[in-house]
Amino acid sequence: MGESSDSKGRTAGAAGRHALPSGNLEVGRTVPGPPSFLRVLLDAKFRQQLIAVNSLIPSLMMLYYWQHHDLGVNPVEFVTRTTGVLALLFLVLTLLVTPLRKLAKWNWLAPHRRMLGLFAFFYATAHLLTYVVFDRAFDVASIPADVWKRPFIALGMVAFLLMVPLAATSNNAMIKRLGGRTWTRLHRLTYVCAIAGAAHYWLIVKSDITYPAVFASIIVILLGYRAIAASRR
Amino acid sequence: MTTDPVTPEPLYRNRRAFLKLSIWAGTGAATASLFKAFVPDPSAELTGADIPTTPVPGSLTHMPDPGDSLSTVSEITNYNNFYEFSTSKAAVSWKAEDFITSPWKVTVEGWVHTPRIYDMSDLMRREQVERVYRLRCVEGWSMVIPWVGFPLHTLLAEVKPLGKATHVAFESYYDPSQMPDAAKANIPFPYVEGLRLDEAMHPLTFLATGLYGKTLPNQNGAPIRLVVPWKYGFKSAKSIVRITLTDREPPTTWNRFNPLEYGFYSNVNPEVDHPRWSQTRERRIGENETRPTLPFNGYGDQVASLYKGMDLMSNF
Repeated sequence: MGESSDSKGRTAGAAGRHALPSGNLEVGRTVPGPPSFLRVLLDAKFRQQLIAVNSLIPSLMMLYYWQHHDLGVNPVEFVTRTTGVLALLFLVLTLLVTPLRKLAKWNWLAPHRRMLGLFAFFYATAHLLTYVVFDRAFDVASIPADVWKRPFIALGMVAFLLMVPLAATSNNAMIKRLGGRTWTRLHRLTYVCAIAGAAHYWLIVKSDITYPAVFASIIVILLGYRAIAASRR
Repeated sequence: MTTDPVTPEPLYRNRRAFLKLSIWAGTGAATASLFKAFVPDPSAELTGADIPTTPVPGSLTHMPDPGDSLSTVSEITNYNNFYEFSTSKAAVSWKAEDFITSPWKVTVEGWVHTPRIYDMSDLMRREQVERVYRLRCVEGWSMVIPWVGFPLHTLLAEVKPLGKATHVAFESYYDPSQMPDAAKANIPFPYVEGLRLDEAMHPLTFLATGLYGKTLPNQNGAPIRLVVPWKYGFKSAKSIVRITLTDREPPTTWNRFNPLEYGFYSNVNPEVDHPRWSQTRERRIGENETRPTLPFNGYGDQVASLYKGMDLMSNF
């Protein structure tokens, strides 16, 4: 009987494949291997659901606490700041996927990149809506003036507007329609979004730049990696 | 073929389901707790001593507007810009918990006839009144606070400013050992502020020793702080240790940090925008909608004359 091995290259010893009563073939666990929960995590669909729900949790919690007046003394400020930071965070996570795949061989991340990017758009939209509803009181006509006069708002607008076509083309049908090369080029706009978003954050703090600087440094590293990788091609 | 029994299929499938469930629960709980840690939890309360105040009918204690309801104790004591302790407004209350505010002395010196070092207990024995003032932060939010204290001019009258005095400088307490996070704020300490002499002598300018009838919580600038209600909140320096009568405009911390953004006068003015954000509207804490910002924070009737003939755009 030939030896079989699991995805990590371990062999299953003399046992090989078993035929279960149902007739399905399974690799039996007859040798010490990784704990079962790691195997469960090998299921990409399960991981996708896990990431989706956990990514939604902050927004669900914010809605719940908002209803219960439990978001502190200035809930609008908290929601605005938090949705913005989450948008930047998901942008960073999206940009982390390719370097981790290439450098750490973490190919399991690949199917999740799209969803991470869409969550960045989700939180960016929530951030913009909070501003339109609570800062501008739905006075959409006043926004262009704000954008024009306030550089940090202009940067935020640019970052958001560029994310719209990216969100719209985040599906297999659009990849087919645009063709892989065009699609990839379009999605390099993510880099611009990340830079504009980090600059937007930096420009709004009064003096304590700790958090914006952390994001800026990470984005510089992630883009630096791509610059180096591109120059090597 | 092994002699070990194959895991029975139902048990195998159940185990997988159990593992998935525990991963859902585990990650969900972790994400929720991590997020919860960032949600502000206002829990500070007023624990100071009662301050007996003299009721002053028809005075400056007034609610100018029906739209000006008092901010709550929770709002006032859990949302503070006190960068010596933290740049996070929700964190100041617990970070300042162990701030030592007794014994305390306020030195009044400079171009005065009789410089004095006041002990806080002396200051508390003065006649104190309640003043309900709006406070407008430069960031664009505001509150209405029932302060307890006494007008600054009564103190200045005691030391008798000399003719050479043109301005009053204020210095806040600074102690790196009690304020370990101060450096992160990126602004120079000790915090300094200043007023023109006529602004300092104005009846509205107030030294607050309490709020809501009790001595000041640490996070609100205990044990004694300045309140200048027609200017942006950063002018109302906290935890005062020194008042100096000067013969020139004194340095002020935010102006030192960025003179293009924070001027000496910093009168509340909807027509003069902060370079990075508008000042036409403000968010009254507790309200979801913004409201128009009032010139001089609504105290124009009482203070506009101080600035007659001044270009408030350039003297911002």
